[in-house]
Amino acid sequence: MSTSDGKFGRYGGQYVPEALMPAIEELEDAYERYVLNNEDGFMDEFRQRLRDFGGRPTPTQYAERLSERYGRDVYMKREDLVHGGAHKLNNALGQVLLAKYMGKDRIIAETGAGQHGTATAMACAHLDFDCEVYMGERDINRQRPNVFRMKINGAEVNPVTVGRGTLKEAISETMRDWATNVEDTHYVIGSVVGPHPFPAMVRDFQSVISEEAREQMRERAGTLPDSVLACAGGGSNTMGAFAEFVDDDGVDLYAVEAGGSSLSVDEEKGVAPNSASLSTGGEGVLHGARTKLLQDRDGQIMESHSVSSGLDYAGVGPELAYLVDEERVTPVNVDDDGALEAFHRLSRMEGVIPALETAHAFAYLEDEHGNLGETVLVNVSGRGDKDLESVIEETEKRGIENAPDMSMFSGGLR
Amino acid sequence: MSRIPEAFADGPAFIPYLAVGDPDYESSIEYVEALERGGADVVELGLPFSEPVAEGPTIQNAVVRALEGGMTPTRFFEFVEELDVDVPLVCMTYYNLIYRYGDDDGNRPRAFVEKAAEVGLDGFVVPDLPAEEAGPLREACDEFDLDLVFIVAPTTEGERLERIMEQVSGYVYVQARLGVTGARSDVSTQTDESLARLDEWDVPKAVGFGIKTGEHAERIVAGGADGIIVGSALVDIVAEGHENGDSAETVASRLETKARELSEGASRGFAQRPPHPERT
Repeated sequence: MSTSDGKFGRYGGQYVPEALMPAIEELEDAYERYVLNNEDGFMDEFRQRLRDFGGRPTPTQYAERLSERYGRDVYMKREDLVHGGAHKLNNALGQVLLAKYMGKDRIIAETGAGQHGTATAMACAHLDFDCEVYMGERDINRQRPNVFRMKINGAEVNPVTVGRGTLKEAISETMRDWATNVEDTHYVIGSVVGPHPFPAMVRDFQSVISEEAREQMRERAGTLPDSVLACAGGGSNTMGAFAEFVDDDGVDLYAVEAGGSSLSVDEEKGVAPNSASLSTGGEGVLHGARTKLLQDRDGQIMESHSVSSGLDYAGVGPELAYLVDEERVTPVNVDDDGALEAFHRLSRMEGVIPALETAHAFAYLEDEHGNLGETVLVNVSGRGDKDLESVIEETEKRGIENAPDMSMFSGGLR
Repeated sequence: MSRIPEAFADGPAFIPYLAVGDPDYESSIEYVEALERGGADVVELGLPFSEPVAEGPTIQNAVVRALEGGMTPTRFFEFVEELDVDVPLVCMTYYNLIYRYGDDDGNRPRAFVEKAAEVGLDGFVVPDLPAEEAGPLREACDEFDLDLVFIVAPTTEGERLERIMEQVSGYVYVQARLGVTGARSDVSTQTDESLARLDEWDVPKAVGFGIKTGEHAERIVAGGADGIIVGSALVDIVAEGHENGDSAETVASRLETKARELSEGASRGFAQRPPHPERT
């Protein structure tokens, strides 16, 4: 769905400090000219760089052993094979290139799991931009390999220590930087969140996923899938995987959220032990958009939780909130343990080590495959190398049954 | 009916800000009352929100202290009712709290405004609500005769100025420089340019962001501002007192002294201004 007024039904909009509004308007203008109307051949250059630098198209692979296990055809859209190891590069490359067309000098970004920060740092090195990335201190500790990857690509990584030190705080901090340096700086938002035009623009950059998958499914399977599954935190791989299927009534779309340790919330402490804002959140306004949020009854934003830092966010893209209200997208969720089990299952059975985010989608496939039709497409949003440290720790802590026994190596691996 | 216009009637308005409930409810009451004694003409009462994206570290930390101390919109309204001050009071908060208040029957944001009017507030400043999204709040403010203050940033120009001018009431909050809130050791030259752009507006122009001393206040009012808004320099006093374990009375006394310095600075600046053609 396109948006001309920045709204998806009652969601979306532009709720930002006045100092940012001119930059938002400038970006809106650039989005319309370059992305929607391909002015100066912007989209041609974007597509070419996605091919040459990004390694697109990625394959849609038939998952032989999963298909056998579940008695239906399972396909995997392999976004883990994009340069950098995740779908994030599609958007980061698009936005950094757009910043170049707009004549900006400096790029800032925020990151949760580090994949978006890494993708942005790579795109900045590729297109010769200065880059600063804000990352919660807690996430820095959970995702050290990605911090190193950002730094070797020349980015500065700024730790955010306020609050709980996760993505929510990193986004707020990046907005503060943007409000200070708005005249020469572009903020590369990492998901389909934030003020218009970000949700629409990021979706457009990511829709290459479903554009390719749709064509590849027709070629490989001779049919469109009955269901598409994608994990949902902020929702950029979700919207990317869904965008070109939204008008296909026969294709069911499942946004798999992080159920964390429980779907209930602790109102007293203001903590939601999950990141399932589509499934359990209420309508509100955060980080520039009206959308579904994890919040207490007063409207204070809750601390969210997921074993996957990439899903650990209290909000979600406004277009997804709209599509859920319209009953076009079904929000579902799986818990931390299910995601960890799926992580090991996919690695063992298919030789694909998924990001912990992605593992949520495969956990849902395990639980609900009987309801997903004969042909299922799962978006492999990214690879799991970045998560190995936390997987080792969490797997041992929780006693995940299908995990390899690492006890004899534990001293050497830590 | 809003009392804000009266605050600008006889000279420059000194408008201090404090985060309500920082570091606790009772002390915060004393602090606001001390600001009035020090010469406040309007007080901006910050209702703490968990994601204050327009604030610098000083106010962010104040917000954390207040939230940890149990401040909520309901307690905030109780606070306003309990205050013993005569000056106009403006609620400064983020839109989600206004939007979420009350029941879920779609009566948003009217329920918050109705309650605000009932407890005696005079208006709102909502930093994440630009003119484009402010329609429903503006309507509710009109219904209950409250003012809706908008911020004009150094980057605000052209059509955006027109849009804000159509909706603003009470006063316009002139952001002295780009960035987030926070006390600074100098006063930005962007202020003069911003004030010049608003010269024709018939709503009072109050300058905020970075004002720390009586001298700053003097210079800004001498340069044409109708008022000054000071937050972080006062919140710093609260924070320091809290860290040192000083009594609320001691901190209140420091706030009163600082308020007097700023208020008197503003008055000195006003005395230096050439007579305005419309005011003579």
